[in-house]
Amino acid sequence: MSGWDLIHHIGPAIAMLIGAGVVITADVILPRGRGSLVPLTLLSLAAAAIWALWHAGAGTDSSAFAGAVVMDRFAVYFILLLTIVAAAVVVASLDWAKELDLAGEFYALLLVATGSMSLLVQGNDLILIFIALETTSIAQYVLVGITRRDRAAEAGIKYLLNGAIAAGLMIYGFAFLFGVTGSTSMDGIGEFVRAGNEAARLPLTLAFVLIAAGFGFKMALAPFHGWAPDVYEGGPTPVISFLSVASKAGGFAIALRLFYTGLGGGDTFISQDWALMFGVFAVASMLFGNIAALLQKDARRLLGYSSIAQAGNIGVGLAAVAMGSTLGASGVLFFLGTYVATNLGAFFAVIAISERIGSYQISDYAGLIKRSPVLSAILVLCLLSLTGIPPTAGFIAKIYIFNSAVQTGEQWLVAIVAIAVINTAISAFYYLRWARTIVLEEPKDETRFSATGPMQAMLAAAAIGVIFLGVVPSPLLNAAQRAAEALR
Amino acid sequence: MLTFFLFAPAIGALLVLFLSREQEQHSRYVALLFSLLAFAASILVFVNFDPAVEGYQFVNQFDWIAPEAAGFKIQYMIGVDGLSAPLVLLLGMLSVVSVLISFNVDKRPKEYFAWLLILETAVAGVFVSLDLIQFFLFWELELLPMFMLISIWGTGRARYSAMKFLIYTLSGSALMLVGFLVLGFEVGSFEISRIAEATLDEPLVPLALLFWAILLAFLVKLPVFPFHTWLPDAHTDAPTAVSVMLAGVLLKMGGYGILRIVLPIFPEQAHDFRYLLAGIAGFSVVYGAVITLQQKDLKRLIAYSSVSHMGYVLLGISALGALGLSGAALQMFTHGTITGLLFVMVGLIYDRTHTRQISEMSGLMHNMPVIGTVMLIAGLASLGVPGTSGFVAEMTTFLGSFEMHPFATIAAISGVVFAAGYILWTVQRVFHGPADEKWAHLPDANQWWERTAMIVLVVAILVVGIYPSLLTESIQSGIEPIARIFEASA
Repeated sequence: MSGWDLIHHIGPAIAMLIGAGVVITADVILPRGRGSLVPLTLLSLAAAAIWALWHAGAGTDSSAFAGAVVMDRFAVYFILLLTIVAAAVVVASLDWAKELDLAGEFYALLLVATGSMSLLVQGNDLILIFIALETTSIAQYVLVGITRRDRAAEAGIKYLLNGAIAAGLMIYGFAFLFGVTGSTSMDGIGEFVRAGNEAARLPLTLAFVLIAAGFGFKMALAPFHGWAPDVYEGGPTPVISFLSVASKAGGFAIALRLFYTGLGGGDTFISQDWALMFGVFAVASMLFGNIAALLQKDARRLLGYSSIAQAGNIGVGLAAVAMGSTLGASGVLFFLGTYVATNLGAFFAVIAISERIGSYQISDYAGLIKRSPVLSAILVLCLLSLTGIPPTAGFIAKIYIFNSAVQTGEQWLVAIVAIAVINTAISAFYYLRWARTIVLEEPKDETRFSATGPMQAMLAAAAIGVIFLGVVPSPLLNAAQRAAEALR
Repeated sequence: MLTFFLFAPAIGALLVLFLSREQEQHSRYVALLFSLLAFAASILVFVNFDPAVEGYQFVNQFDWIAPEAAGFKIQYMIGVDGLSAPLVLLLGMLSVVSVLISFNVDKRPKEYFAWLLILETAVAGVFVSLDLIQFFLFWELELLPMFMLISIWGTGRARYSAMKFLIYTLSGSALMLVGFLVLGFEVGSFEISRIAEATLDEPLVPLALLFWAILLAFLVKLPVFPFHTWLPDAHTDAPTAVSVMLAGVLLKMGGYGILRIVLPIFPEQAHDFRYLLAGIAGFSVVYGAVITLQQKDLKRLIAYSSVSHMGYVLLGISALGALGLSGAALQMFTHGTITGLLFVMVGLIYDRTHTRQISEMSGLMHNMPVIGTVMLIAGLASLGVPGTSGFVAEMTTFLGSFEMHPFATIAAISGVVFAAGYILWTVQRVFHGPADEKWAHLPDANQWWERTAMIVLVVAILVVGIYPSLLTESIQSGIEPIARIFEASA
């Protein structure tokens, strides 16, 4: 394999990491050149996306670096998702970044985080996975504290400490996995697992619980969710909006990859243990996230708990995958795709609104429909999608993922789906209470406002995405299914 | 035609939303236009519906979501049979009435009429969907407009009531979704008729459990004791038009769901639990009637009478025979027109007196002869006087249910006696007696839109009362296939 082939396989990541270097250099050598930072960032994201599409066009799944990196449709799906998220966040945070004295660092770190995460979704080797996961984590720790204000710094430290513990547990799990199977490569691990050595069951289970801690941290899945509400509340909201979708997507992507390649899909002797584990995590996540969200008064904390609850919904899909559902993996992928539009829309609306009213208290959102009808309508739309009310994308995503769980024909998964739909009713209470505050109550003052141009564009894109994917879900659904097939 | 009926209101809602602030006052005319268009479509559907042909008519079908991998195909599939055709007509009619009696809404009229029209599309979707997931989609879609309409334009504890309505319905329907998914998995399709034909042996979840998971959603919606507590609150605090829609068509979604989905798919379970269902129904009738007698608020009074009357629907259903089922289906239609009219009248009275307390009213007949007379007609129809549609429906129901459930039927018939009590007593207290000085200056129903709304419903009540076969022909053709299932098993 030639040097070009190697580079070609990790092209998207390289584009973004080089972009990060260029951005930070431009920031230093062009003292008045801050205007060039955003175009440079977007350019490198576009290059990464195009590179990924190039692979998709070629249509061949192949691996490089002795099998440590794979470039398949699954990876392409996530790389596209991640670059879209990063680009949307860059555009939406234009105003916020103008006030930021570390703008160069912000864009560079965003590129590093996205680039290493795209390497993560390509990862097929424990060591590469760990390095990619840590690189993206470290970039995110710094991003959370980038404003260097007290709350942000505190959030950054919390995130770092939680993340460090999770990473420690995960590498411990990797060590077990290596110790038992004698390989760091997913293919090697897969071979061992398929051999079906019953004696290895206990250490393997132990390894998975530990690894789940690392992934669960990224997904904000209970019981590894502790950081989410505090970080969501304390961190700069544009950064959090990135974190809330990109980090979650990365976590679920690598969990799926490990399960399929490393564990041989849904028919090995340990897949049931894995399913049970994620089933329990999903239920805990939904119950805890939803019940805690009922009590929140701060928009960011509420979104934090909602993110935990949503991780639970996706977790149902992971459990379904492990019980051999053919739709589980594409369910997770599709849900994440709709979640990008929905959650980014909600976050961007919160950013645009709270910047103007100077508060994140939900009670201060009273009567916003009169002050800023379009912004409010988009926020309400996204809240409906988070609840899963038709005709939004969230409705289809939930039905699809729940259907995948029922598809397995396992009674306990049907029970979990029952818990999940009851949780939907609970979540309606706080999502719609918020929507009602916006639509119904009397505004505290009458000044009208709207978002700035770029933010409006991103909000419109999110709103269109939420409606479009709710009414015409087939294109994304097919893309998700093709991407999921690459795992088999 | 049916697709036009389904989406015309939604298109109207979009148009209303795009009106500018200055044109806001015109939103009522746009809403009226589109509800009239939908009404016209519903009349055409009903008239062209051929009762002699069994099965669905006006079917429109394509694959809505059909991904490459199997296991998740959702169709857009609509059609009507004898069961849904009258309900489609009822919905078309009541939507026009609702828009008409909302002509005096001044608070945020644009949003109001948009939500009202979306509500119409959602309910229409429930009545014509032939795919379980599509059915569920419209079932959930109906929540949001109701929530907004009650909480923004309602009175009293509107927010509390709106949230209560939402939580009850959403919790009820949560398990319904699980039930639908399990059914879809067992049969490999979400099409209602295919699921009904399939035999479910060794299902994933015990059929009895599945039966209750799905039935619960409909019992909450109907509603029957003990799931009825959301209804009086929602009715009392909702604006008039929403009460009309709620009593007139939304409650019918419950009865319709049982007839369309539960009975054909779970005939054996329905047979097993028929005594329990009849018991619930009988108790609901009597309980609702007794509580109604004690009400001091006009709207609450009619709301509780709805609980009582919807008990008849369940009673007719639990008899599991052609006559009882027809009675139930007919009762759904007539209750829609009668209670719809009662709520219209209460709304008109409230617009004038600004109170709903019965004790504060007296002798309104003196200056509101039209309102008083129409109220009396509606009241008499509600207690089932011959010549009105109420009589036909109740009679059919009782005849159908007596053989199988004599005790529940006798209990339910006592509900009629109670109804005579609370209706006549109320009319007497409100309209007769000495004229109150306080109300002397109040006008009668003097707006054209008020009168039109009344006339439409009065005509519907009398026509069905005098010439019931207008509806029964269609209903029987819809009931026959369901009744046949039970005759075969009996």
